[in-house]
Amino acid sequence: MAAEKSAQKTTPSLGDYFRSNIREYGLLIALVVIMLFFQFMTGGVLFRPVNITNLILQNSFIVIMALGMLLIIVAGHIDLSVGSIVAFTGGLSAIMLVKWGIHYSIVVPLCLILGGLVGAAQGYWVAYQKIPAFIVTLAGMLVFRGLTYLILQNRPIGPFPKDFQSLSTGFVPDFLYFLNPLPGTITNFFSLVVIVALVALAIYYGLRDRQNNEKHGTENEPFAFFAGQMAIIAGVAIFLGFQLSTYKGFPNVLIVMGLLIALYTFITTRSTIGRRIYAMGGNEKAAKLSGINTERLTFYTFVNMGVLAALAGMIIAARLNSATPKAGVGFELDVIAACFIGGASASGGVGKITGAVIGALIMGVMNNGMSIMGLGIDYQQLVKGLVLLAAVFFDVYNKNKG
Amino acid sequence: MDNIILEMRGITKTFPGVKALDNVNLKVREGEIHALVGENGAGKSTLMKVLSGVYPAGTYDGEIHYDNEVRNFTTISDSEHLGIIIIHQELALVPLLSIAENIFLGNEIATNGVIDWKQTFSRTQELLDKVGLREPPTARITDIGIGKQQLVEIAKALSKKVRLLILDEPTASLNETDSDALLKLLMEFRKQGMTSIIISHKLNEIKKVADKITIIRDGGTVETLDCHNEDISEDRIIKGMVGRDMEDRYPAREPKIGETLLEVKNWNVFHQHHRDRQFLHDINFTVRAGEVVGIAGLMGAGRTETAMSIFGKSWGHKITGDVLMHGKSVDVSTIPRAIDAGLAYVTEDRKHLGLVLNNNIMHNTTLANLNAVASGGVIDGHREAKVATDYRTKLRIRSHSIYQEAVNLSGGNQQKVVLSKWLFTNPEVLILDEPTRGIDVGAKYEIYSIINQLAAEGKGILMISSEMPELLGTCDRVYVMNEGRIVAELSKAEASQESIMRAIMRSGEKH
Repeated sequence: MAAEKSAQKTTPSLGDYFRSNIREYGLLIALVVIMLFFQFMTGGVLFRPVNITNLILQNSFIVIMALGMLLIIVAGHIDLSVGSIVAFTGGLSAIMLVKWGIHYSIVVPLCLILGGLVGAAQGYWVAYQKIPAFIVTLAGMLVFRGLTYLILQNRPIGPFPKDFQSLSTGFVPDFLYFLNPLPGTITNFFSLVVIVALVALAIYYGLRDRQNNEKHGTENEPFAFFAGQMAIIAGVAIFLGFQLSTYKGFPNVLIVMGLLIALYTFITTRSTIGRRIYAMGGNEKAAKLSGINTERLTFYTFVNMGVLAALAGMIIAARLNSATPKAGVGFELDVIAACFIGGASASGGVGKITGAVIGALIMGVMNNGMSIMGLGIDYQQLVKGLVLLAAVFFDVYNKNKG
Repeated sequence: MDNIILEMRGITKTFPGVKALDNVNLKVREGEIHALVGENGAGKSTLMKVLSGVYPAGTYDGEIHYDNEVRNFTTISDSEHLGIIIIHQELALVPLLSIAENIFLGNEIATNGVIDWKQTFSRTQELLDKVGLREPPTARITDIGIGKQQLVEIAKALSKKVRLLILDEPTASLNETDSDALLKLLMEFRKQGMTSIIISHKLNEIKKVADKITIIRDGGTVETLDCHNEDISEDRIIKGMVGRDMEDRYPAREPKIGETLLEVKNWNVFHQHHRDRQFLHDINFTVRAGEVVGIAGLMGAGRTETAMSIFGKSWGHKITGDVLMHGKSVDVSTIPRAIDAGLAYVTEDRKHLGLVLNNNIMHNTTLANLNAVASGGVIDGHREAKVATDYRTKLRIRSHSIYQEAVNLSGGNQQKVVLSKWLFTNPEVLILDEPTRGIDVGAKYEIYSIINQLAAEGKGILMISSEMPELLGTCDRVYVMNEGRIVAELSKAEASQESIMRAIMRSGEKH
């Protein structure tokens, strides 16, 4: 009632709009501030091309798993087993590639399917037997860690064939080297062209969406915010793209990650499946009574998580060039933290892909920055814990105030 | 008896952007039952929150005089110390704890943190005797009915030496018998000199017990009526609440009844949890096109269970029987199939079963028929917005836009959103379960108008309601249920409060 009346009386000013969407803009601003902070504290090392490349390689798998975890958290569940699935699928891929000598074009899809099956095995208990996900995936965490030790017989397996390694350590070649205007500084012109083209496309589609919305009378965010947000994102993207282009260009995983982010953003914002997951997380009973097959939907969010964890498992194995039984220990916590820092609600129904990605990047930049500064794992854990608490407190505080 | 126990003077309370209370005055005499009425959102609950200290002194303007002294409560315990106790509409009991534990929760009889159970139980027993609740103090809250839970709340209030008892919608979820018992108890307390303020939408009950009625509209006091000086009719109260005469509480309708749409035959259902107990026995009924059919009965008669078991078997177990649409047997074994068959079920519990509260109006509106605004699994945002806008206009949902979250809407508007959702599935038969529960008089009228319009469009309406006047005012035909059976079918001419109650009582004797 209060909200109805206040909104009828006043058209929201820019300040009001900022306050009511403070979570989204705040997150972006926090990322930029943290980046600048570490750029300063590390004496400029953070944004060096080689370090940016490292940042991407080190965090791609966290981002990729955060996409699946976000869906699970929005659906009102949790998955503690992803770290173990990472080790398990990494181990399976190593056995198939190294011991059995199977080609990676068969191993990669096969491992994704196996990851899906692992997810299905857990999703079944959560969705159809109604056992809390916390318990099922805690069990899964132990079971799949145990299985990893079993199949690897407690020993790391490696090295991998070169082509499989390039999944994670390779770079997109410079297709446009002949057009390079500054061969001295820019070593991969293609990546620069792609990033500029993407930024241009994003601005074009953003503007077109606004126009469409106006035509149909749908609400738009104030132009100042649209422009500001676009400027920050474009600026950061072009800067990072330029830095990368002076080194080896785009790592392959960046492309994989980028495509997945785009796909999952689309699923969560535009598809019926995404909408139903949000509805289910917001009120499962109401969703069920609206004809949504909530069991099946829950089941598939876990299958999806398993596939993404398998992909992450292979990327990590390829990056380390060996599958070890200890791979991925504690990753589930980083992934879950990324989602919560990104504004997902522990009670379900709330959360955004962009939030989870930015959350993962915030964690990644902090890890990387503190490592460069020479802070030990002790301080890193401490700071990450406090940042998680602060981010969630910020959410709760905003909610109570509003 | 002429002592003024409480006087609230010029209370004004503003929230950002809206004045919730504007110069409200309330004067309550010691030992009276004072009713507070007004539409939803009129400010009744806000006023009581000011009184009890939920909104601490300083956050509002005006004065509270209690026992002839100005009081500035800053917390709820301040007001409780002086015997002002509020019982909220949503009961604040812990389901898995016993009656005794609940009554003394936060107020335990203990020495050095060790609870004296013997004394706790004997004190509880005394309190339960006072409120006339025959349950052992060790019974768990979850195992007793909602009517008895209400009595436990009152016993809890008594344990705190209550002098001014405030009840917010105490009978909203009670059946008639339990309501009567509760009102009798209040009158008993009045004899003992206790003062009560009762907030209620049920005007007939207010008429029964209240000494004074204060009407609040749009955050201001309209008037205080003295029930002893004049005979106050319900219409008189409604006039004060809505600020205009309400010619008729039920809009008129010329029924144009067509062929039989829905037919349920030999419907037998076992209990959802107690799996060997048959809950519904041989239910048979029909709903025709353009007809509004009511189901009357006491709480626990099996009305909601009947509706939900038909709607995709969403309640119960070992369900047997036939559901026919247009004379042909249809499959209603899952909710999507029931929707496809042309059924819609508008739940009695819109907050828990009807709405996704943190989603906006648009998302709630399209939830049950999302594919209609999507192609290939991709939602067409503009088409969806148009659908939501159309229903918002058609059902007159008061909100600043279709993007407002459902949680911020008033009860009546929430109900309209749930209705929108089901209308968008284009059903032939709508089952409305307590469609006007907890919504104010003005919004009720609008819901009735929508029901009439749907019937005029040729849809069949099956309406479950615990408010008999509502059934009598809107239905063409009424089935009476009791203890899991349909015990009578009454035409509009035959149906009356007496005939319905008689059917229930008579069937009770048989079994």
